[in-house]
Amino acid sequence: MFGWEFPPHISGGLGTACFGLTKGLAKHQVNIRFVVPKAYGDENQESVRLVNASDVTVNMKDSVYKEYWKRIEYMEIGSNIIPYVSPEEFSRILSQQELTKIAKDSRVFSNRFDFSGAYGQNLMEEVSRYALVASALATSNDFDLIHAHDWLTYPAGIAAKYVSGKPLVIHVHATEFDRSGENVNKPVYDIERKGMEEADMIIAVSNFTRNTVIEKYGIPENKVVTVHNAVEPTEKKKISGTSHVPEKIVTFLGRITFQKGPDYFVEAARLILERDSNVRFVMAGSGDLLEKMIRRTAQLRIGHKFHFTGFLRGADVDRMLAMSDVFVMPSVSEPFGIVPLEAMRSNVPVVISKQSGVSEILQHALKVDFWDIHGMADAIYGFLQYGGAQKMFNRYGKDEVENLKWEHSGLKVKEVYQQMLR
Amino acid sequence: MGTFRTQGQRSVSANAQIITIQYSQQMRSVCLYFQVHQPLRLRTYRFFEIGAYHNYYDDYQNRFILRRIAEKCYLPMNKLLRELFKEYGTAFKVSFSISGIALEQFRMYAPEVLKSFQKLAKTGNVEFLAETYSHSLSSLISKTEFMAQVNAHRDLVRQYFKQEPVTFRNTELIYSDGIGEMAAEMGFKAVLAEGAKHVLGWKSPNYLYVNAINPKLKVLLRNYQLSDDIAFRFSNRGWPEWPLTAEKYVDWLNQADPKQEVINLFMDYETFGEHQWAETGIFEFMRSLPARVFSHSDFSFHTPSELAEKMQPVSAIHIPDPISWADEERDLTAWLGNDLQDDAFDNLYSMEEMVRKSTDPEILKDWQFIQSSDHFYYMCTKWFSDGDVHQYFNPYGSPYEAYINYMNILSDFRLRLERGVKPGESPAFRDIKRETKLLTEKTVKKIATNSRAKKRKKPAAKTKPEMKGKKRGRPLA
Repeated sequence: MFGWEFPPHISGGLGTACFGLTKGLAKHQVNIRFVVPKAYGDENQESVRLVNASDVTVNMKDSVYKEYWKRIEYMEIGSNIIPYVSPEEFSRILSQQELTKIAKDSRVFSNRFDFSGAYGQNLMEEVSRYALVASALATSNDFDLIHAHDWLTYPAGIAAKYVSGKPLVIHVHATEFDRSGENVNKPVYDIERKGMEEADMIIAVSNFTRNTVIEKYGIPENKVVTVHNAVEPTEKKKISGTSHVPEKIVTFLGRITFQKGPDYFVEAARLILERDSNVRFVMAGSGDLLEKMIRRTAQLRIGHKFHFTGFLRGADVDRMLAMSDVFVMPSVSEPFGIVPLEAMRSNVPVVISKQSGVSEILQHALKVDFWDIHGMADAIYGFLQYGGAQKMFNRYGKDEVENLKWEHSGLKVKEVYQQMLR
Repeated sequence: MGTFRTQGQRSVSANAQIITIQYSQQMRSVCLYFQVHQPLRLRTYRFFEIGAYHNYYDDYQNRFILRRIAEKCYLPMNKLLRELFKEYGTAFKVSFSISGIALEQFRMYAPEVLKSFQKLAKTGNVEFLAETYSHSLSSLISKTEFMAQVNAHRDLVRQYFKQEPVTFRNTELIYSDGIGEMAAEMGFKAVLAEGAKHVLGWKSPNYLYVNAINPKLKVLLRNYQLSDDIAFRFSNRGWPEWPLTAEKYVDWLNQADPKQEVINLFMDYETFGEHQWAETGIFEFMRSLPARVFSHSDFSFHTPSELAEKMQPVSAIHIPDPISWADEERDLTAWLGNDLQDDAFDNLYSMEEMVRKSTDPEILKDWQFIQSSDHFYYMCTKWFSDGDVHQYFNPYGSPYEAYINYMNILSDFRLRLERGVKPGESPAFRDIKRETKLLTEKTVKKIATNSRAKKRKKPAAKTKPEMKGKKRGRPLA
């Protein structure tokens, strides 16, 4: 299995999902060797054997690798291509990368590659070298099947397939259309499409993503199956967050970018505040639309009831969720969307957009179209105002989330494997 | 009432004559009863409309759906019944209950449907039953409201169909001993109920029973097996008995123990043409059923009131907790029991007292419409696991949506009540108050003019300058 990150060294949902899936598969007696660009040594390896791509020796004289090296194009891209990282984080990584870039460039053709395993400007370079390492691993190891997660590892998956002749499964957690809207980054799109075409089977994290794969990448329907993500069971630690304001709190938590639909949240807040001043709205996160959102709330004169927290991480996220009365995810395009599940686990009712993968599997949540600000406002208001909905949610919401087990997803993935090995 | 008692004296065809003879010897009856109801769907009502807009109904949807069902079911099926009546005379009979909300919608959107039911009423082959005007759950919470609604519906039946209803059937066949007792108190002779297995036990629904509290009230129980063969299974190709023919069906009727006296076939009228499309052959089935019954069985058709009149009840039936004809459970869980439903239900009926004080026709009309059981049906969460039936009839994406929309409307309704009538204020009291107010104002004016006259004589008030001085003086001191 090829992935780009693995807990605890993650920047977002991808690593968490990979970890959950490997655990789920392990429950069904599937042995996994998980290859990451850079292993730190403190990863949780209870269900997988983690292989550090940085430790793999590549003999450049071997013609096989040379053959592959010829096949892949070297590309450099400069745009924001990261699926699950905050823009601040990104620029921070970027500057770090800049510093180490020169040092690394000279080592492209050395025997060992030192991967950063992060997302940065020379990402394409790393993706290519990672593919090279993959082909080396594919010749020296015994395995039945290759499974690659998201576009960063597709070239690696393809390389391993060429070398070994083993079937390739690619797992689509997000597509370029989710990250960039209609202004897709061509090189990334090309890698994605190549991966999808070369793959023997494609797993999408939601029907929403499956449709994108079929419609936007022209992949035949029978090659794409949906396996929804799941969540890890609640950890024992209980973070208590108590609100110190008398008002109810409605929260948005995520990157403040076009994809996440923050503007619809602001407009819905306005509608509610016109009616009921006993509510406060919180927008947690950062992103390129943050300033625009601040300006808009000021313009609407709702600033006194609308708060921005900036980027939250770790315990702050849990605390924020714990003090919320309603969580809103108005995403314009969301392959899956794990945060609502975390909110529900903290007993916070959620309003989610129908344009999210997670809406396909939730019943105890209110679903609206992202553009329908009236419907969104109404759903939020309903949860705040009417006890019946709260009560009902409290009774079933948490259970619903806790029944979304990786074990079940793992079984479905295993079925895909078996189907291909038959 | 007289219309039902003429049966047996007129002979229309040879078949009918034979039936009349058998009637007196051995009574074996089929009782066809159809429920006619169409929910008055609520529109999407947002919270920011609360207090501003008071129109709650999705006129477009209601009209569209009603017209569709009129074309597919009501009109063709009524026509078919008229033809059957013409052919078999009083030997073939059916009974209907049409909810007040359905009648209201016929009047608004499809007057020709109402007319065609009125034509059926004139044939004398049809008994019209009474029910709650709103197709509501009021029988479960308020005797006053329940009786008011049944009376309102009874008036409608009298007005439209020129009949005095003597049989009662409650919303969705909800029945308990207590509900039966209320119906008896209102003068009904018979009531319809579900032949639910869990209350019947070893007993058969194919007999006449009486209410456990008031034995004067006869209870007719639905044979759900034979009813659902038509209503649910008719077009199911996965059903081993498919396709169902009148021949086969009459064979099944004949298989009933000869001692059993009545087979009650109760179903939605929309079965014909709407739930089972015309293409399934449902109309042909109904067209050929009476002939087959007459030629190949000793059954005859009777209406509930006839059966109540002539048959000997076998025993009392004890149903302490309400049952209904819905779902596998045959209980109330389609409408009540989850948090959404219970909260909405309590909220609705907490306003009953306030409504009673209102005379505003708009408020009274909305009060009837929002009580319809359908609104609670949409909040049912059972369909999460099963029940395609629920989803088929549900205009909402989820029970939560149904609940929030309904609660928004209730909030507005409550606001209107509070604005219109202050607690303890009847319209009569308001008039008195207005008069008193006028009177007081007059008196005040009089006193004022008098005192002004006096003031002129009086010296300026002494206290005023002192007060001023005190106020101003304090900061100085």
